[in-house]
Amino acid sequence: MSNHAGKRWYWLFLIPFVATLWPPFYASYRPTVAGFPFMYWYLILWIFLVALISGIVYWIDLHN
Amino acid sequence: MIEEWGLAGRRFGTFVTWFLLGGDLYTAYTFIAVPALVYGAGAFGFFAVPYTIVVFPIMYVVMPRLWRVSKQHSYVTAADFVRGRFDSSLLALAVAITGILATMPYIALQLTGIQAVLQAMGLAGTGILKDLPLIIAFIILAAYTYTSGLRAPALTAILKDILIYITVIVACIAIPAALGGYGHIFHVAETALPATKGSLILSPKLYSAFATLALGSAFALLLYPHAVTGTLGAKSGRTIQRNAALLPLYSLALTFIALFGYMAIAAGIHTKDTSLVVPLLFLKTLPTWFAGFAFGAIAIGALVPAAIMAIAAANLFTRNIVREYFATNETPRNEAQVAKIVGLIVILGSLVFIVAIPLKFSIYFQTLGGLWILQTLPTVMFGLYTRWFHRWALLIGWLVGMVIGTLMAVAESFKTSIYPLAIGHSAILGYAGVWAILANIVVVVVLTLIFNALKISNGKDHTSAVDYVTEPAEKIAQ
Repeated sequence: MSNHAGKRWYWLFLIPFVATLWPPFYASYRPTVAGFPFMYWYLILWIFLVALISGIVYWIDLHN
Repeated sequence: MIEEWGLAGRRFGTFVTWFLLGGDLYTAYTFIAVPALVYGAGAFGFFAVPYTIVVFPIMYVVMPRLWRVSKQHSYVTAADFVRGRFDSSLLALAVAITGILATMPYIALQLTGIQAVLQAMGLAGTGILKDLPLIIAFIILAAYTYTSGLRAPALTAILKDILIYITVIVACIAIPAALGGYGHIFHVAETALPATKGSLILSPKLYSAFATLALGSAFALLLYPHAVTGTLGAKSGRTIQRNAALLPLYSLALTFIALFGYMAIAAGIHTKDTSLVVPLLFLKTLPTWFAGFAFGAIAIGALVPAAIMAIAAANLFTRNIVREYFATNETPRNEAQVAKIVGLIVILGSLVFIVAIPLKFSIYFQTLGGLWILQTLPTVMFGLYTRWFHRWALLIGWLVGMVIGTLMAVAESFKTSIYPLAIGHSAILGYAGVWAILANIVVVVVLTLIFNALKISNGKDHTSAVDYVTEPAEKIAQ
């Protein structure tokens, strides 16, 4: 049984926190994509990225 | 047994759990309230997106621990866990009462979704007729919750979400097509928002409010009794983790639901009652038959979370108040019967809430509920990792957090949960729940050091470290 403290790959989860909870990164209009201002498509992109990161962490968990 | 009625025997797999937890995340109230906020405030309303982005990593890491220790010790509620972990029925009572208080107005607000839809369709009657559809909806809710427990909302959740996803997909394609595309919608919103003191791009003075509200809401969501019930109904810790990776699809739907606020601006919807923003938008831009379909989806969408919330509140009341203080020798069979009756009372209570008390009080109470439930974080979530904290320190910290959070909300006349914290000559805007939890944590840490130094008894831990990491299936395999 792996110990929680040993799960270093869980640190990957910090990335979405920093990326989405620090508005200076994305509070701007340009560049736009398909009419969506930067703030909006950036946050939508992060929905996919957080799913991807969770998937990766899950995969590593399964193989450890 | 209460585990059968209240947690559906902890047997839900990935598929059902996904719908059940998704039903917690976006409720009929979300469908109405998030676009309403975006309609007036613009970018600030999109705090809901980072909120639902960060909630899943927290869920992935924290909730399987709660699931495993609860399975091991047959805990049905977070307060059950607290009682076992900290050997303190008073601390467990604090967690249970906070959960019940936070849940009641939330159930009531689900009904505003149904009310808004009826009003927009011009179906809202007067006098006793005004409340008749709500009463009928609540009777259905009460009956199916009573007979089937958590299985009832689980099955309805699947139907509800199919209807909601169809609504969202069609609306976010058809409405922009009718209004001239997303670029045009954003452009109109940018021009119109300053009139309501909103903005299309978040203004720097709101950065801290936006981020703290998103982070605080994410932790609060997982501490809500209905989220705990949805989680504990899963069949393994793995099921919860798989769901954390799959649930962001709901965040995507929520983003487009939030965008309905801008679509309403672009469609020229003018209403003082912002809860009508989405229903009026649908009526104006979609064929009548499809608007009707969407309204049905919203109405059914109200019943699923309301049922999960009622069950969660009933579990807390039965396990942590009735069994603890009034019927200490309850048999499992009686316990389930008590929970079913309490479930009925909770549902009737929230019906009274919505019929007898003006809507704005439910919303105020809901604002308070969010910051109250967040004050159980040190006890429940930190408690899943460490027993270093002293039980009396946790109780006093909780009380301090509750009082500070409530006073901040009162100071803002309940109009917003954002409080300007004065530091030196400037003020930082932040979610009152986050200011309160920071004070709560400081008190907990300081008092823990003091109480430990004074050697005040910290009780006996009924759980062991291995309980938090062991998947039951793995034990069988060994």
